[in-house]
Amino acid sequence: MFRNQYDTDVTTWSPTGRLFQVEYAMEAVKQGSAAIGLRSRSHVVLACVNKAQSELSSHQRKIFKVDDHIGVAIAGLTADGRVLSRYMRSESINHSFTYESPLSVGRLVVRLADKAQVCTQRSWKRPYGVGLLVGGLDESGAHLYYNCPSGNYFEYQAFAIGSRSQAAKTYLERRYESFQESSREDLIKDAIMAIRETLQGETLKSSLCTVSVLGVEEPFHFLDQESIQKVIDTFEKVPEEEEDAGEGEAEPEAAPVAAGTGEQGGSGDQDVAPMEM
Amino acid sequence: MTFTIQIENGTEVRNAEADSQRTLYPYVTGTSVVAIKYKDGVLMASDMGGSYGSTLRYKNIERMKAIGKHSLLGASGEISDFQEILRYLDELTLNDNMWDDGNSLGPKEVHNYLTRVMYNRRNKFNPLWNTLVLGGVKNGEKYLGMVSMIGVSFEDNHVATGFGNHLARPILRDEWREDLGFEEGVKLLEKCMRVLLYRDRSAINKLQIAKMTEEGVTVSEPYSLKTFWEFKAFTNPTVGAEGSW
Repeated sequence: MFRNQYDTDVTTWSPTGRLFQVEYAMEAVKQGSAAIGLRSRSHVVLACVNKAQSELSSHQRKIFKVDDHIGVAIAGLTADGRVLSRYMRSESINHSFTYESPLSVGRLVVRLADKAQVCTQRSWKRPYGVGLLVGGLDESGAHLYYNCPSGNYFEYQAFAIGSRSQAAKTYLERRYESFQESSREDLIKDAIMAIRETLQGETLKSSLCTVSVLGVEEPFHFLDQESIQKVIDTFEKVPEEEEDAGEGEAEPEAAPVAAGTGEQGGSGDQDVAPMEM
Repeated sequence: MTFTIQIENGTEVRNAEADSQRTLYPYVTGTSVVAIKYKDGVLMASDMGGSYGSTLRYKNIERMKAIGKHSLLGASGEISDFQEILRYLDELTLNDNMWDDGNSLGPKEVHNYLTRVMYNRRNKFNPLWNTLVLGGVKNGEKYLGMVSMIGVSFEDNHVATGFGNHLARPILRDEWREDLGFEEGVKLLEKCMRVLLYRDRSAINKLQIAKMTEEGVTVSEPYSLKTFWEFKAFTNPTVGAEGSW
């Protein structure tokens, strides 16, 4: 009832004790395209859906390497996400320089959260409109954290953010108990299957998703299209005509891609808020 | 350097007085520190003397201190600068503990932090007049390193500062082995410290030995070495040169 009177700036409380600007910022996260993170004892996988603004453009990068042992996937205002990734890279490299040792993920995440909190308590600032899934490895093991625009952060075994992330979360909730002891390959497969849930009907192709892995003795890196397609092929039944050409090889993409982006362009415009561009 | 300028952030006004704020020479100094890696960890030895120029003025100075759970720092050179460094490290370990998150600073991190501190001070022409030895064991890995007052830093299996470089390291080069047991290691260090006691005028016969292993860091109680002064050449030193002393 009072929403519109108390939502003009972030330093105004509502009578019911809410900061609406912060909650609106969290809405922006829900409008971005999906990002998913899972972890096992020794590995963390971050995956996201590649949303392109139009058929003509390339898709936005939503997963960033922060250091060899830390990666971040974002959902929401990508520009805000890039700025925060740059901050994380800076903190990580400064720590490495002074201590010749990798920064532990938990400490990085707290600094990030404190930075976000500042923006919820200054009248001349606005909250960052981006949710971050920070995955990393340090001496206490593999970790996955979710950082909110509100300045809160939580640790997760697996999580999904962005549009249609609820479908992915349902999938992950069913299977999360097995993740801790999962092998690297199973973890990647679960990530891609969770991505598939968010597509809700669209055929899953390697061009539609980006997957990254980091783990013990495996620095952060992206999986190439071929590897992703191979995993997809293990569980995706091969649909009729054009997919035959694309099966197992990344090359004959022309036919499938034309069909894929056609579908994407239609649903994309409706679901993605303008600010994500 | 007696020019006068006002730096924009207002914290520095350079003039003649500012020179007295920089370290130009040391006053109360500690002599050598010797350290070796051994089978179970790292051993370090130093005496407890603080010299005021040529006077052996202070005889109860602990020149080795534990840092956090895993490391030990030994220092030679200006004692007040060593105390300043201990204050920096105190703050560092305090902040590290406040995170309360299962991560802790190991000897490698402390060594690199100190390297940064020493090098930055050197760049400002205001050095901490110490040569530091940093040793420790974390997660089964033994670490032993050294930082000088100009920021030169390295790791090795055995290190020594000051006179120890000249008198102790040749002994260590000959006799150090990877698989020294605890008693053998202590005997080796005592051999080095005895030579230093005979030949370094700033050394006193009251030393401590520190042990760093996976279980933790301990510094021994002070004790003294047995010495032998009855060499024939000492009994009548001027026998070959009448009139000399």
